[in-house]
Amino acid sequence: MLSRTFPLLARFASVLGVALAFLVGCGRGTDELVIYSSRNEQLIKPMFDRYTAETGQAIRFVTDDAGPLIERLAAEGKNSPADVLITVDAGQLWQAAERGLLQPIESSIIAANIPEHLRDPQSRWFGLSVRARTIVYSTERVQPDELSTYEALADERWRGRLCLRTSKSVYNQSLVAMMIAAHGEERTEEIVRGWVANLATEPFANDTRLMEAIVAGQCDVGIVNTYYYGRLLREKPDLPIKLFWAHLGEKGVHVNVSGAGVTAAARHRAAAQKFIEWLTQPEAQAMFAGVNLEYPASPNVEPDPFVASWGTFEANLLNVAQAGELQATAVRLMDRAGFR
Amino acid sequence: MWLELKDVVRRFGRLSAVNGLSFELERGAIGCLLGPSGCGKTTALRCIAGFEPIDEGTIRAQDRVLSRPGSVLPPEERRVGMVFQDFALFPHLTVEENVAFGIAHLARDARRRRIDELLEVVGLAHRRSQYPHQLSGGEQQRVALARALAPQPDIVLLDEPFSSLDVELRERLSVQVRCVLKQLGATALLVTHDQQEAFAVADVVGVMRDGKLEQWDTPYELYHRPATRFVADFIGQGAFLVGEVVSPTQVRTELGIVQLNSAGTWRIGQRVDLLLRPDDVIHDDNSTLTAEICARVFRGAEFLYTLRLASGAEILALVPSHHDHAIGERIGIRLEPDHVVAFERSEP
Amino acid sequence: MSAIAGELSGLRSHRAAQAKSFALLFVLCLPALVPLAAVLTAMLTPETEIWAHLARHVLPGVLGNTLVLVVGVSLATAVLGTGLAWLTATCDFPARRFFEWALLLPLAVPSYVLAFIAVGFLDYAGPLQSWLREVFGSSSWVPPIRSTGGVICVLTLSLYPYVYLLARSAFLTQGRRAQEAARTLGMSAFKAFWRVVLPLARPWIVAGTALVAMETLADFGAVSVFNYDTFTTAIYRAWFGMFSIDAALELAAVLLAFVLVVFVLERRSRAKLRFTTTRDVSHRAPRVELRGGRAFAAAAVAALIFALGFLLPLLQLAVWAITRARMDFDARYVGFLWHSLLLASSAALIIAAASLVVAYMERRHSSLALRTLVRGATMGYAIPGTVLAVGILVPIIGLNNLLQDLLARWFGDAAPSVLLQSTLLTVLLAYFARFLAVGFNPIESGLNRITPRIDEAAMSLGVGGVGLLRRVHAPLLRTSLVSAAILVFVDVMKEMPITLIARPFGWDTLAVRVFEMTSEGEWERAALPALVIVLVGLIPAALLTRRGEHVA
Repeated sequence: MLSRTFPLLARFASVLGVALAFLVGCGRGTDELVIYSSRNEQLIKPMFDRYTAETGQAIRFVTDDAGPLIERLAAEGKNSPADVLITVDAGQLWQAAERGLLQPIESSIIAANIPEHLRDPQSRWFGLSVRARTIVYSTERVQPDELSTYEALADERWRGRLCLRTSKSVYNQSLVAMMIAAHGEERTEEIVRGWVANLATEPFANDTRLMEAIVAGQCDVGIVNTYYYGRLLREKPDLPIKLFWAHLGEKGVHVNVSGAGVTAAARHRAAAQKFIEWLTQPEAQAMFAGVNLEYPASPNVEPDPFVASWGTFEANLLNVAQAGELQATAVRLMDRAGFR
Repeated sequence: MWLELKDVVRRFGRLSAVNGLSFELERGAIGCLLGPSGCGKTTALRCIAGFEPIDEGTIRAQDRVLSRPGSVLPPEERRVGMVFQDFALFPHLTVEENVAFGIAHLARDARRRRIDELLEVVGLAHRRSQYPHQLSGGEQQRVALARALAPQPDIVLLDEPFSSLDVELRERLSVQVRCVLKQLGATALLVTHDQQEAFAVADVVGVMRDGKLEQWDTPYELYHRPATRFVADFIGQGAFLVGEVVSPTQVRTELGIVQLNSAGTWRIGQRVDLLLRPDDVIHDDNSTLTAEICARVFRGAEFLYTLRLASGAEILALVPSHHDHAIGERIGIRLEPDHVVAFERSEP
Repeated sequence: MSAIAGELSGLRSHRAAQAKSFALLFVLCLPALVPLAAVLTAMLTPETEIWAHLARHVLPGVLGNTLVLVVGVSLATAVLGTGLAWLTATCDFPARRFFEWALLLPLAVPSYVLAFIAVGFLDYAGPLQSWLREVFGSSSWVPPIRSTGGVICVLTLSLYPYVYLLARSAFLTQGRRAQEAARTLGMSAFKAFWRVVLPLARPWIVAGTALVAMETLADFGAVSVFNYDTFTTAIYRAWFGMFSIDAALELAAVLLAFVLVVFVLERRSRAKLRFTTTRDVSHRAPRVELRGGRAFAAAAVAALIFALGFLLPLLQLAVWAITRARMDFDARYVGFLWHSLLLASSAALIIAAASLVVAYMERRHSSLALRTLVRGATMGYAIPGTVLAVGILVPIIGLNNLLQDLLARWFGDAAPSVLLQSTLLTVLLAYFARFLAVGFNPIESGLNRITPRIDEAAMSLGVGGVGLLRRVHAPLLRTSLVSAAILVFVDVMKEMPITLIARPFGWDTLAVRVFEMTSEGEWERAALPALVIVLVGLIPAALLTRRGEHVA
């Protein structure tokens, strides 16, 4: 039996070998820029297309969650084909930088366009759009003057009136991380316990469901990323919910970033830097943020008019890198506090 | 020698299913391993077929080594055909395709001829395009035989080939199978627990017990000259009668002096058991010896009576059926033994 | 001497043959064993500090949740799948011919999609409860959908076809005959089912349920929609939240202990199994004709399950696809479709064929080492997809780096750049690791019902190995092979993590499209690719019906 199997296997292997050679041939690097992106294709491909059209620089990319992409980058080491890593939260960029997968870029263009708190102090990654996470409330049952800070949602007056998204969401993880940065662990844990005590129902899997619950009257306030609010409002403009620009600690709305960095193994370092610089310039900034109703990272660029109609806010100025640094601590804290 | 087993041992854990089995089978002969269930006969067959490795000894066919400890020729290269207890016909193939399965390498015409020949011999030419489940048990059995014989194997093994058939069919088929095997000049080895089957099919029969052969002989010899008490017990019916050796060839019993066929190594005065077959005991109204009937079985042409002697010992007698006696009656008997075999007393 | 040598030629050492088959099987199963090894070796470098935290705050809840979920879903799918299979395979009732294949269709609806739709529809803010509040003023008596019961219901509706498909093939091959035989012995239909038909079908039912249990253990998409914490969500939390892939792998190793329990239970349920011969090719006992209320009840149950598991989700997807995602539909969908079809059908063929070989080798040379090897290789189905994807990708990348270094040494700067990790071959290898169980379970349970005498008969006729597989097993196992291929096909159509991480640049599939939309919460826009996935899933279901009719 074995003797008859082997030739068959051998034949099979040789066919695979040919196929393999073909496929590997396809993988040969040229001067194309290679990008690993956890920002979704529909949000990022328009940028690539525009850049290619403007500069002639060819771009190849692969999308996935940041976790697997970073593991892949780490495993590939110096042989990685990737030049740029794009993520949708600062924590993942911070982690990639920590693991030595990104390299510092000295660029006066980026420094001029992107505020300091939205980029890595060591210049290994840069925020490209701002994702603001703030309070949403029912206009029917809540007066805006009852609202102030995220922390105040732990107050007993909100017992049974608060809705939260799951603590598995990276956006909640970075919010709590920033609260730790502002108040320390002990105080933050108290706040989170207060939130959990105030919950009207089990945490939701996403922000949209949360807002629908407020509309339906299941609860009165919640915390969401603004672009989810925008998407929902664009569908149904008359919903009785509104955003409130909350404060974290001293002041300012909690923000996270979708950003990018040049990989340590980048073969096209200069081209990668050029691309990121391009992304920080006004036209690209408007487009990058606008396609997903986010805020441009560059203060010189106006957000989409629809986004602007929700009002202006002051952002919390703690460096977003802290979100990454304290994320693991925040997750444990939420585990302890029973925030699922 | 066509098939030769030498000191074959097959162990399962600590148990030796086959424990030093040796025998030889000539070309064209039909052998049979006969024994109670669990005696190791089926394991022996599976060793010959190559489905089981062996732990000691050798198995050869036509001077090719088939098995020895640690090495086996794979079953598919042995040229050993097999007919299984449950026939194991391929359910997705027709009768014809089943028979053709092992001769796919033959040219189309040769294959066709071989199939025709075999189906003719087993009498199934008219059912060639039916599926196994459309056949009766007996027909399936014959397909299995034809399929096994098709590649002209050196040896055909038959594992309890009649056990799943009803009694009527069994007798008829066993004769047919012998016919077919002889007609095609096949060398075969049969395994069964049924002595009738063994005697009907085989030229030479080995009685197995605990993984060993007790005796390897023709059916006649097994019946009339059993080598061991076990064989005497297992083959045919009979009873043991106590006697005392009075000369090297004579034994005194309560039924008189019995002549032994050959001198044994008995001491004068030693007490022995004589094997009396039912046909050794004749009903004779004129005899002065009488015995009480304590059980009877009607067999059509004969009665098989169980008789109690004065000493309380019981013997069997085969009596023509017009001698219809009731239980409790005393009838006259005499001994007319052809072959008398004596065994040492089992208990003193 | 030479005479003796000649006389011994052809003899094979028994032990060597065993070792050889073990080696061959090892090579064959290697892709499936690599991620397993990656998971297990993580145990060597324990993340003690995170462990202490997990053990105190996470594991207790997660263990209980996972156990309840797996037991609940397994039991419910076993009952539902077996019951429906029995109804459609041995009884006759209105629209039976339609339900026979229609009840398979929920398989094509990814469980995360069903979960999202169910939660959207049934939650407090959903249309049902809103309507109830409007009419009755309150909906507080409605049990919450986002609950243990809710997850179990949704996963059951989504996964029961695994059991249904396998149990059905068991009932089709011998159910009616066995039932008839039992009834001639004076058993009632009900008793005949319990005493005869069910025990005969047990290997299939158990094989299907084991797949369900493994899929449930590995599920991330559906449980996340419910925010139901299981081992899998804890794994992702440790990895993405705490940035500790080591802790994630260790959790995955603990998860494998669950799988071992599933395996032991599966084996035990088969321990007393007797081999039964063959199947009928043409002889079929007549179906039990249901009448009146019973016929109506049967049709109603089938209709309800079909509606909940397939029709309603399909309608919802269609509505979303038309209203929200119309603008996404463009020429690229031809490519997505083609890529999905190519991957799913090649994976189905490769895995079904490999499963047949693996199952056959296990049967022929069964030893503890071999069985352990095979069990290990089929464990991948219970490992969360992303963990498995990384588990297989990292070693391949290692290989690629080695190759790249060698090339650099030989060619210097002119060395070509190789990228094994983003090739279709890698994708297929990883599918193999993930879905081997899906192909293997149906085929192994099918093979178990062929008596070993059949193999021996073929071998004694000089036909072994590949010939035996091709001429005896493959035709006898047709139903099992088709089931295996269909299950793999549909599973690959839905698969995301492996496809995402290992696909060649720009090689997007339908499932990748679903990921792109859902990962930022744009579920309605994901309806379009999801709808196409479901529709493509109709193809194998239709094939199966045609096959079924042919056999009947």
